[in-house]
Amino acid sequence: MLEIKNLSVSVKNKIIINNLNLEIEKGKKVAIMGPNGSGKSTLSNVIAGKHGYQINDGQIFFNGINILDLDPEERAAKGIYLAFQYPVEIPGIANSSFLRTALNSIRKYNGEKDLNTREFLEECKDLSKRLNLDTSFLSRDLNTGFSGGEKKKNEIFHMLMMKPKLCILDEIDSGLDIDALKVISDGVSKYSNENNSMLIITHYQRLLDYIKPDEVHIFNEGKIIKSGDYNLVKTLEEKGYQEFV
Amino acid sequence: MTTSETAKIVEEASEYKYGFTTDIEQEFAPKGLNEDIVKFISKKKDEPQWLLDWRLNAFDMWKKREYDMPGWANLKYDNIDFQDIHYFAAPKSDEEKPKSLDEIDPELLRAYNKLGIPLKEQEFLAGIKNSHKVAVDAVFDSVSVATTFKDELNKLGIIFCSFSEAVQTHPELVKKYLGSVVPTNDNFFSNLNSAVFSDGSFVYIPPNVKCPMELSTYFRINAANTGQFERTLIIADRGSYVSYLEGCTAPMRDENQLHAAVVELVALEDAEIKYSTVQNWYPGDKNGNGGIYNFVTKRGTCLGDNSKISWTQVETGSAVTWKYPSVILKGNNSKGEFYSVALSNNMQQADTGTKMIHLGKNTSSRIVSKGISAGRGQQTYRGLVSVLPNAINARNFTQCDSLLIGNDCGAHTVPYINVRNELSDVAHEATTSKISEEQLYYCRQRGINEEDATALIVNGFCREVLKNLPMEFAVEAKKLLELSLEGAVG
Ligand SMILES: Nc1ncnc2c1ncn2[C@@H]1O[C@H](COP(=O)(O)OP(=O)(O)OP(=O)(O)O)[C@@H](O)[C@H]1O
Ligand SMILES: [Mg+2]
Repeated sequence: MLEIKNLSVSVKNKIIINNLNLEIEKGKKVAIMGPNGSGKSTLSNVIAGKHGYQINDGQIFFNGINILDLDPEERAAKGIYLAFQYPVEIPGIANSSFLRTALNSIRKYNGEKDLNTREFLEECKDLSKRLNLDTSFLSRDLNTGFSGGEKKKNEIFHMLMMKPKLCILDEIDSGLDIDALKVISDGVSKYSNENNSMLIITHYQRLLDYIKPDEVHIFNEGKIIKSGDYNLVKTLEEKGYQEFV
Repeated sequence: MTTSETAKIVEEASEYKYGFTTDIEQEFAPKGLNEDIVKFISKKKDEPQWLLDWRLNAFDMWKKREYDMPGWANLKYDNIDFQDIHYFAAPKSDEEKPKSLDEIDPELLRAYNKLGIPLKEQEFLAGIKNSHKVAVDAVFDSVSVATTFKDELNKLGIIFCSFSEAVQTHPELVKKYLGSVVPTNDNFFSNLNSAVFSDGSFVYIPPNVKCPMELSTYFRINAANTGQFERTLIIADRGSYVSYLEGCTAPMRDENQLHAAVVELVALEDAEIKYSTVQNWYPGDKNGNGGIYNFVTKRGTCLGDNSKISWTQVETGSAVTWKYPSVILKGNNSKGEFYSVALSNNMQQADTGTKMIHLGKNTSSRIVSKGISAGRGQQTYRGLVSVLPNAINARNFTQCDSLLIGNDCGAHTVPYINVRNELSDVAHEATTSKISEEQLYYCRQRGINEEDATALIVNGFCREVLKNLPMEFAVEAKKLLELSLEGAVG
């Protein structure tokens, strides 16, 4: 699904991603853990197509096509979704109408008809129930005045409505209370199947306990310094990054 | 030149050019402004002597101003040659008209399409030769619609007609209220308008009647051609209510450079008037060539106790906008509101705002202004809140937000506050923001392209104002904002 080859990225002439190679196969859940400032969010943004990074070298293939020249919205339309570490607030736009605009934009890009608004709203309501979100969430302004945890839940809400192929979750667990973490991980796990892939960035074992990643990579200074399976998380939790760097 | 001579020249000219096209009457006065032109206009409309005298008096005052146009606005424009304007405008001649949509500026067509205007209507709006047939049909359509409405309105005693018609049918009302809110010599442009106004709307709502529908210029035959010097008068008698919509919701390419309208609203005791405008006249091209100069005087008086006047405007058009819809809060407990969205893109300039004049006790006013500047657009909010000594317990709240798109545009806020009694409460809040890269990126990551994302964020920014518009109007206003923002990003 996703193949990153020899990727080097810098910001303001400082190298952030350093000759990274990473492959995420279809149906797989891959976790990345790494110290603050090691370049995890930068990697997510480079995959999602945010402007402002210098790509010094390398390629990113998504389902066989090099996506580095595509705009963020084109990548989104191809099925790449990023749950943001820091979701932004947009006042004056209801959460649900933002989501509908997003979905219709992608449908348009892919030559499909607009959504049926009623069905869309039904689905929104069902899903918000499942995620334990008050339905007032749908009509409130996008992320505006949402608590930290509410913003994160909303990212997953969007994701489950948009049904992307590649889900990048950038610290979706930070700021969530214990119950919310369970509900959210549950939603993510249920969504995961043989046709989609997950890239999960986190600092904590708890989320991975729920989601059970197939692979775990430890990230430092813009590259992978150790790879393993779920057991690597336990070692890390016990010994810290010191053990690996 | 005497009036009869002028009329003769006009007649000859029309004969020469259009002698055989008798289905649509062509009328125009020669360029320039003098007493004869004023008489000519009045005569063409078969006006009573008192109105002619009123016009002539206005013309006298205007002459004395010696082209002394208001210089305080933050606007730059070429001098207007008042002798180079037709003061009684004719429809364009067929010869000058484009022959099919192929000859129309593709930009304009794209705009029409985006607004979802049917092809026939597009031809009419673009002024295609022989689309008169269409135009007439369209007009007849709306006439029949208007007549069914008119029956219903008649039953309630509501008068809704063109200003000229009202002069004939209800001279006493016109005489009583004309110029009562905007005095002839209020300003340079109201003065000019008073001398040469062409037509406009007249509304009278009798006591205790709630007008059951939104009254809209759309249904009026002459809506497309009331043109340069519109004059509108709306009177809501005791305990009545009316919501009035003004606007062409299609961008019209207009030859006329100068528009100077006057709108007067009068709300008597317990009455309420809601006046909504969507203005999207031709803003000129990207380099600032052409476009409408829009100098409008709009004012309402809350004459009676507990009355209310509310202005909502969406200003996306014109090259230059000079406009301050105001409320004089005379009656005790009266309320004034001003909700505004103004957008300036490319080389557009807007100097707009409101005046709230508190005279009565317990009067309150609310101002919400959202200014958007993009391209090299310049935007000024200019507002006056004046609380006079007798206006005990007056309250005002002003919220004034500016949104900048790009680095070459400007936003300016000029609030004047004049409070002359201590028992009143005036609050002003102002913000200036830019659409952030992070917001755009977030939208784009969700699949919304940059242009749509900008429109979305702008709509969000304006929501508090847009939600005051009647439903269909709000939808059109949103589309217009999107359209006007084209090319502002990327
Ligand atoms: N636009 C930018 N300008 C300057 N420095 C940047 C920019 N973006 C990222 N960086 C720097 O790149 C490094 C990696 O940042 P990044 O946000 O990717 O880290 P992270 O691994 O996600 O950290 P955390 O765990 O704290 O979220 C940091 O040192 C950060 O300051
Ligand atoms: Mg991060």
